[in-house]
Amino acid sequence: MFSFNRFTSLENFGHSLRAPAYVFKPKCAEEIAEAFQLAKNTGLTVTARGAGRSYNDASLNGGGIVLDMSGMNKIINWDPVTGQVRAEPGVTLQQLWQHVEPQGWWPPVVSGTMFTTLGGCLAANIHGKNNFKMGPIGEHVLEFAAILPTGAEVTCSPKKNADLFYAMISGLGMLGIFTSITMQMKRVESGLLEVHAWPVHDLREHLSFLFDNAPNYDYIVGWMDTMNGGKSLGRGQIHAANYLHGNEDPNPQKTMQLQNQILPPRIFGVFPKSILYLFMKPFANNLGWRGVNTAKYIASLRQHTFRQSHAAFHFLLDYVPNWELAYGRGGLIQYQSFLPKETAEAAWTEILRLSLKRGLPSYLGVTKRHRPDKFLLTHAVDGFSLALDFKVTNDNRAKLSTMLQDFDRIVLDAGGRFYFAKNSETAPETATRFLGAETIAKFKRLKKRCDPNGILESDLYRRVFGEL
Amino acid sequence: MPSKKPLFPPATPLNPRLCGLIIGASSGMGAALARRLAREGYALALVARRKKMLAALCDEINQTSGETRALPYVHDVTEYDAVPNLLRRIVSDLGGLDAVIYAAGVNFPPGPGNYNFDGDRQMLEVNLIGAFAWLNPIAEMFQSAKRGQIVGISSVAGDRGRVGNPGYNASKAGLTTYLEALRNRLTRHGVNVLTVKPGFVETEMLKAAQGPTPFKITPEKAADDIYKAMRARKQQIYTPWFWKWAMLIIRNIPSIVFRRMNF
Repeated sequence: MFSFNRFTSLENFGHSLRAPAYVFKPKCAEEIAEAFQLAKNTGLTVTARGAGRSYNDASLNGGGIVLDMSGMNKIINWDPVTGQVRAEPGVTLQQLWQHVEPQGWWPPVVSGTMFTTLGGCLAANIHGKNNFKMGPIGEHVLEFAAILPTGAEVTCSPKKNADLFYAMISGLGMLGIFTSITMQMKRVESGLLEVHAWPVHDLREHLSFLFDNAPNYDYIVGWMDTMNGGKSLGRGQIHAANYLHGNEDPNPQKTMQLQNQILPPRIFGVFPKSILYLFMKPFANNLGWRGVNTAKYIASLRQHTFRQSHAAFHFLLDYVPNWELAYGRGGLIQYQSFLPKETAEAAWTEILRLSLKRGLPSYLGVTKRHRPDKFLLTHAVDGFSLALDFKVTNDNRAKLSTMLQDFDRIVLDAGGRFYFAKNSETAPETATRFLGAETIAKFKRLKKRCDPNGILESDLYRRVFGEL
Repeated sequence: MPSKKPLFPPATPLNPRLCGLIIGASSGMGAALARRLAREGYALALVARRKKMLAALCDEINQTSGETRALPYVHDVTEYDAVPNLLRRIVSDLGGLDAVIYAAGVNFPPGPGNYNFDGDRQMLEVNLIGAFAWLNPIAEMFQSAKRGQIVGISSVAGDRGRVGNPGYNASKAGLTTYLEALRNRLTRHGVNVLTVKPGFVETEMLKAAQGPTPFKITPEKAADDIYKAMRARKQQIYTPWFWKWAMLIIRNIPSIVFRRMNF
């Protein structure tokens, strides 16, 4: 039942946005239906929230109802013979990989943090460092069940209710709420990956390296030094990794054990990582971070090969717990753009130069190789993505806002796209331009069919689609 | 599907905004605070009884700001039962709630030597029971969210019972004590409660006042003091400031003297 003491202050992942809501924690589909009914009776709207790991307002619903899905976190069925898993939407990637890995399986697509939930991953249709090969997570979903705001329960697969399948995955939780998800895991023959690291000296080399080498590897990702310009603009380091096969790993039973996967809580066995972010704080300014970037680049000049556990390779964001707090009170925002391979270099050259010229450098740049997919609100292109982190302060907000508008224009003119789990400032006109009026009309038609009373709404939905 | 256009410009990390609710916003200090908070970038829900004045104030604020910063909600604070639904709607429209100002107040001086139960009852209903109706659920929300700010416009008149207007004194003394109790409940939950005790402010209410009204200030000056106190998250302020010292003296006048005074 509705009560004012459910009012809870919620934030985005970057701690740069706050929106309180009445929080309910459903345990089953019936309780989600009850929340829909309550919303109808009170005139409030509903948003599902997984782990709250979106960088923007995707899981916020200021003044409305938020369903904390972490109460629906059971792995319902796991078949280690076929690698098929059926789970509730609040199951995290951490739960999932720890469940399947000891038996020689790994989630085919994971995000940079293992704390995301399956429901959230599907709603945003996340990608990993293997997007060019494996596509987004949605391509590995065999079937899902969802409850619609009408109270109807639907089952969708690429064959059954295909239009809903391809729209609800990537649909930002605005058509219905997942109640169970069936996915295919990927067979692995070792708990380790063979990782290669190379330096790249400028943006052209950076992108052509990703392009040329992606076909030879299972995973590829670039780190970009975004604080140094001139001739070395876009320099950085590429990491590419392959699964180990056959007898490349002499003792796969051992490397697949959980204790050999779990990230160590201490550095050198002594220093607790939980307070590491406090030591990053003094460097989280333009000068200090430029030094950090330069040092990191110099350290990366050595080309080398090493073996690393799956967890250590994938969940870079979890390596320093609470790293996002190092950005201070204003928090951080992420700006990720996806550009076709033909236009990426010119557009990002312009973007990076602009950010350095305006004294608003990004603190972190991450590049990936992508391919298109069939999902309705897709962000993927045949090309690359560049994710940039910006520190937000009271003094830089207005300047940063203007700059990101300039970035949007550059990306759109270059035929690029954006990712709804990341960018926080995307305007309705921008979304219309990269998604196309037809896609938006189709999304709105499905929305009308699944949610005729407009019960499912997030702050993101109102911001981007409210006026369309 | 009712595609809901956001009522206010969307809040983003680079365009954040605070959400404010002012009860009793159509004139006087409430209106001055509305103008002030809008200027500071707040999104505001303005609650008042008088529809036309409220609409005019919202229009003025929104035109000056060049975007929607204030929305009107017509409501009589003595319609206690309507409060929960209206509050829920307001918080949903604002997309949150950071600060609440209870500025509703009436004053019906009975005249020297007279008693006026109807007037006293109305003063208590608007000045105190209306505050219970609004601030109880708001306190519950803020306590649960572990943040927020409650501002109550009480009065120096609540510091002592005087010969002129027993009902008004009692209503404001009640409000002051209620706010103090809320503060004691909520501070430990990260919520700030600010009691404002204005002296004489040039409002409609003051026109009804009998007797001398020295050291008058404009509602804008009072709003300025209140906004600064809100930013500093103070517990209590007098506006203008010297009433703090004046009332310190007045509060300590012994009854044996005070009951002989015509003040």
